Amino acid sequence: MLGNLIGVLFDGIAYGSLLFIISIGLSVTMGLMNFVNLAHGAFAMLGGYACVVAMTRLGMPFLASLPVAFVVSAAAGVVLERLLYRRLYRATHLDQVLFSIGLIFMAIAAATWVFGSQQQPVRLPDFLRGQVRILGLDFGAYRLFLIVVVVAITLALTWLIERTRFGAEVRASVDNQQASAGLGINVDRVFSLTFALGSGLAGLGGGLGIDVLGLDPIFPLKYMVYFLLVVAVGGAGTIKGPLFAALILGVFDVAGKYYVPQLGSFVIYVVMVAMLLVFPHGLVGRRA
Amino acid sequence: MKNVAGLATSKWSRIEIGFWLLPLIAFFLFPKYLTLGSQILIAGLFALSLDLILGYARIISLGHAAYFGVGAYTAGLLAKHGWGEPLSGLAAAASVAAALGLITSFLVVRGQDLTRLMVTLGIGLMLFEVANQASSITGGVDGLSGVEMQPIFGLFKFGMDGRTAYLYSLAVLFIVFCFARTLVRSPFGLSLRGIREGEKRMPAIGVSVPRKLIAIYTVAAGIAGVAGALLAQTTQFVGIDTLGFPRSAELMIMLVLGGTGYLYGALVGAAVFMILQDYLANLSAVYWQFWLGLLLVAIVMFARGGLMGGAIALRRRWLRRRS
Repeated sequence: MLGNLIGVLFDGIAYGSLLFIISIGLSVTMGLMNFVNLAHGAFAMLGGYACVVAMTRLGMPFLASLPVAFVVSAAAGVVLERLLYRRLYRATHLDQVLFSIGLIFMAIAAATWVFGSQQQPVRLPDFLRGQVRILGLDFGAYRLFLIVVVVAITLALTWLIERTRFGAEVRASVDNQQASAGLGINVDRVFSLTFALGSGLAGLGGGLGIDVLGLDPIFPLKYMVYFLLVVAVGGAGTIKGPLFAALILGVFDVAGKYYVPQLGSFVIYVVMVAMLLVFPHGLVGRRA
Repeated sequence: MKNVAGLATSKWSRIEIGFWLLPLIAFFLFPKYLTLGSQILIAGLFALSLDLILGYARIISLGHAAYFGVGAYTAGLLAKHGWGEPLSGLAAAASVAAALGLITSFLVVRGQDLTRLMVTLGIGLMLFEVANQASSITGGVDGLSGVEMQPIFGLFKFGMDGRTAYLYSLAVLFIVFCFARTLVRSPFGLSLRGIREGEKRMPAIGVSVPRKLIAIYTVAAGIAGVAGALLAQTTQFVGIDTLGFPRSAELMIMLVLGGTGYLYGALVGAAVFMILQDYLANLSAVYWQFWLGLLLVAIVMFARGGLMGGAIALRRRWLRRRS
């Protein structure tokens, strides 16, 4: 029973970590540009497909295909930000929602056209398969790997945001765009770079997640709620908030599906609505 | 002079009367397309309900299909279990959907755009999950079949030619439209517009914003329920997709395509959307979604007022040139 509980917790944390990597970019876009981007999952999907193509067509090993996923999604992020997103920063939330739903539909149709509607397989390297025995308990090796990756990324991101000049510019732009621009910060460039970074991380998460979340054309729609939820609950524009939110969601979702499978996804939606009602401004509010 | 209040213009203009003659003309001209016609009318009614909350109160809802689906299942289940009288079925569906709207409105009204979006989405997904899991009652993914309707007033049978379904849908749409038209031109409707334009200022003139929003959300939910019930009764089937997110999203597309905040925009948008869908989805079902997405992006980028906004701008220009 206790072993079960630890197992569920562990799987939940691994799942939550994945949600975190994918959603952190969304948190930045919402916090920085105040842009409700429902299509964020499309960047994750793109990363996933980039991974699959790199592995099956180019014969790259799994770990080498992950940077490819990052770069492809980040590049797509830059292009779309420059061409489309940029025009809508000052638009109403309704316009942003409609625009991003439009992007989702196009992404789904495009993915179906190129790859077909079936689930994409992923071949993990041998050392990431199977179980690892720690203190008499079995842990999935791949999930352990996910957690390690996320810890590394979180540390790197925290360093980037807290310690570098670029991070200071991002923080300043989140707090007050006009004042930052007045101080000589190139806010446009900060927007583009953070958008690229966020999309890239989503792509990386999409690649890492093929084994856990699966990968098919309706990916952006299937997990849209989860990504939005991480940000809405965690509070936009921070790292800590979405991290906690993602872990909580991950654990509840896995626990719900494990202990009360007949309820399906119902548990997570109840948790979501409840959390939104209790914390309407997110767990860690950056803005008053 | 521009009539700001809009209260005095409750007389039906010639354009409006002409507009309502169109579906009647279509009834005689296109007897083969009456099934599509009923679908358009129902979609129009559904879009109308969204216009009330989105166009007039600016509540962004991604889960409006919840009320549509609940209405559909209410009417469908009643008819399946022996209560096949259509009008009371509609009333029951409206009541159940409105009751659900009232309960959920308290959750929706609380937050701001993003929270509202998430809460409406969550409510929609929850109901979908309930319908999916309670398959012994709802039929789950297979849908609810065996819906048997009695004739309307005991006289007009729902036939294969779709004539009854079409006229029935049209009549219900028209009655609900008159109600909505009166509602948005009432002082209540004006206070909604006030909330839309400046939510923070309305309390200063003594308007309780949450109470107004709760009221309109409940009404809109009830109307969505009627639309759902119409679909269930005219097609004699309820699919689980009536509750799904794609339906909420498509609904929003219809509305912005037509133009928000005019009521007519909902009807025009639904008609154009459904006809396009019928045509393009026949060409290729999968890629219809691509064109849909492109359309949506194009509307947001280049045509924010939708068809109605464009038409009104054209008409203004024409009037100005004439005078």
